[in-house]
Amino acid sequence: MASVVSIDKLTKTYENGFQALKGVDLEIEEGEILALLGPNGAGKTTLISIICGLVNPSTGKVLVGGHDVVRDFRQTRSQIGLVPQELTTDMFETVWSTVNFSRGVYGKKPNPALVESILKELSLWSKKDSMLRELSGGMKRRVMIAKALAHEPKILFLDEPTAGVDVNLRREMWQLVEKLRASGVTIILTTHYIEEAEEIADRVGVINGGKLLLIEEKAALMKKLGRKQLRLELTEPLKALPESLSAYNLTLSDDGTALVHEYQGEEGQGTIASLLSTLAAENIHFRDLSTRQSSLEDIFVALVGEDA
Amino acid sequence: MNFEAIKSIYLFEMARLQRTLLQSVISPVITTSLYFIVFGTAIGSRIQTVEGVSYGSFITPGLIMLTLLTQCISNGSIGIYFPKFTGTIYEILSAPVAMTEIIIGYVGAAATKGLIIGVIILATASFFVDIRIAHPFMMVLFLVLTAITFSMFGFIIGIWAKNFEQLNIIPMLVVPPLTFLGGSFYSINMLPPFWQTVSHFNPVLYLVSGCRWSFYEIADVNPMISLGMIGLFLVICLSILGWIFKTGYRLRN
Repeated sequence: MASVVSIDKLTKTYENGFQALKGVDLEIEEGEILALLGPNGAGKTTLISIICGLVNPSTGKVLVGGHDVVRDFRQTRSQIGLVPQELTTDMFETVWSTVNFSRGVYGKKPNPALVESILKELSLWSKKDSMLRELSGGMKRRVMIAKALAHEPKILFLDEPTAGVDVNLRREMWQLVEKLRASGVTIILTTHYIEEAEEIADRVGVINGGKLLLIEEKAALMKKLGRKQLRLELTEPLKALPESLSAYNLTLSDDGTALVHEYQGEEGQGTIASLLSTLAAENIHFRDLSTRQSSLEDIFVALVGEDA
Repeated sequence: MNFEAIKSIYLFEMARLQRTLLQSVISPVITTSLYFIVFGTAIGSRIQTVEGVSYGSFITPGLIMLTLLTQCISNGSIGIYFPKFTGTIYEILSAPVAMTEIIIGYVGAAATKGLIIGVIILATASFFVDIRIAHPFMMVLFLVLTAITFSMFGFIIGIWAKNFEQLNIIPMLVVPPLTFLGGSFYSINMLPPFWQTVSHFNPVLYLVSGCRWSFYEIADVNPMISLGMIGLFLVICLSILGWIFKTGYRLRN
């Protein structure tokens, strides 16, 4: 697939000397959902801000649709929609006027029918004449999304979109994200909620300390780094592991009632069958069995360290 | 040029005027009326004429300039400071809008508001005193140039200010003494020679003097010098703005 955003050796040092980005290279592919994970202060928001034109880069280059974000800012910014992390709204404006204002600022001719359909999609139509200060936090979040979509962007950035959002709205937002992707919009989101990335992203990037630690297909990442665990609950406690089982990566629980087998992704296929037949031969019976795959969260914690 | 964006920013700012009609239009009208009552009628009745013009009429151009200056500075600064303060500025900064267009939108709206209020003050004044405008075209030119220049000046303050105190310090502490000492209420010919010289360092003197000349053809300094000085202030503001959008000062850092 063609890359729609390409980032080359990007660095950013703020005036106070803080180096937020230390040489980031990243290709974002057209039509994908990319999740950027990272602890607070990792550089996620700085990265997004540079792509969107809010912050000037120190060195390096960012191309959006082949155009430089600094030199050809008109071409790049008109393709991008941004939903920032903070809920910043003009308190005394109505929903209708603020969303139409967004469209205008992006240089698009008024299109009331389109704005109406966006507001309906986000369940905001009944609130269109309400002032923003009268809305709940969740409603304001929807308004921010409506504003970002008002100029029909090809690339949508969602910076921590579900922070402080209830379960229903979160689910609705993911449905909307799926719908937008289906219409060809590339979506980049940053999040703390790893389940979120796990659920909807095609690719996952992990940022920490201003560096992109890895970027990988979610499925491949899980396969490569994901550990699997097979747990067998025994009918009779064991005092020690029999000699014949020492070849398998097994641990016996302290009370001797459970056996735990750890393996990496694919490698388990052959060994599990032989493990089970060895157990049968040793006359060790189990009453229950469960497997568990490590989540992105485990992978993430392992990558950025426990203090993340 | 992204004309849709300029239009959107301009109309957004003008809509703010509608919402705050009471404080942005009525309060300057009341303030000016008080000036006319106190200086024009009460004290002015004891001052017969200044350079052949009744005192009430004499102070009118100065009062218009005074209101225009303060209104343009405050509208221009609040217009850009407020989105910076609430954070909504992210949208304008991430939109395909050049700084020139942002400035045209904000400064245009601030200047328009200032001029609307200026015209209202002129109309109010005509209820209290006789007004004669000798050079209407020059009057419009003086007012429009002043409005644009000081709306830009306000915009610069709005970008520079980090808090409300900084936002208010120039309009509250610097502008009033300059306007009071800039010949709004007297001709500098009434001052001792030393203070006349000092007054020539006050930029407001040139604005008031030029504006008064377009009304009554009396001036403290040559009207062409006044016009030149306004042009100079305009160029200074433009250069500062040029530097601001080249460096992204306090906006993109």
